[in-house]
Amino acid sequence: MAKSASRLRVTVDESITRVEFVDRNILDEANIQQIGEELMKLVEAGSRPKILISFSGVEHLSSAALGTLIHVHKRLEQRNGQLRLSEINAQIFEVFKITKLNKLFQVFDSTEKALKSFS
Amino acid sequence: MTVRAMSGGSTRRSFERSTVLVRREDLDPLQSEVTEELTHRAFPEQGRFAVRLALEEAVVNAFRHGNRNQPGKTVTVRLVIDDQEAVFEIEDQGEGFDPACVPDPTLEENIEIPSGRGIMLIKAYMSDVRYLPPGNIIRMVYRRPSPA
Repeated sequence: MAKSASRLRVTVDESITRVEFVDRNILDEANIQQIGEELMKLVEAGSRPKILISFSGVEHLSSAALGTLIHVHKRLEQRNGQLRLSEINAQIFEVFKITKLNKLFQVFDSTEKALKSFS
Repeated sequence: MTVRAMSGGSTRRSFERSTVLVRREDLDPLQSEVTEELTHRAFPEQGRFAVRLALEEAVVNAFRHGNRNQPGKTVTVRLVIDDQEAVFEIEDQGEGFDPACVPDPTLEENIEIPSGRGIMLIKAYMSDVRYLPPGNIIRMVYRRPSPA
């Protein structure tokens, strides 16, 4: 079976891995599983990984996607890495607030601010 | 199988569907129809977002937790949309469950647990949510906000 196309756009800028989603809607379980696997590969690459996930263009996101982000966050902590989220639209940020995950994740309104926040 | 029926309403006919889903992916065309109908009836953007999210979460829960992902078990979605509200019933073929037994995912000790947020989001976004006995049917209603 052919491998499905990547669900992420990844660029490495100095020591920071920047990630964007290909899809506007992150709802489908198979897609979310693939996104999780791709993110985990980035987490496992290199030492003390720094990952910035931009939600630019993302319009819908399910609780399964939140679960994947929590997995990524936990694994990054184990690897002494850092995770930042940016450009989350108001409706999706409300999902983070309802679930109080805005307190677990470091969320920035712009990519610039998120990039500056890495130590 | 999709059955379309139209019934009388106070201002305009309601939009009704009863659809049997074999897989989660079968929800996608129904989601498109629901979004189109809500748009047609000028429901606000936040309402369309809420309905899409709640429907997604309810159907995923029905397959995963209700039917335990067993092949051959289906999920039925019944819906009625009129100018004031959108009503959904999602029925799985499981034994039902007690929603009070689901741990609160926002508690500090649970915040890093990856699952358990679907029900919370449904309750946050929908106007009314209840489980019908024996707990394998969730009934959820989104009401159009009153004009300010």
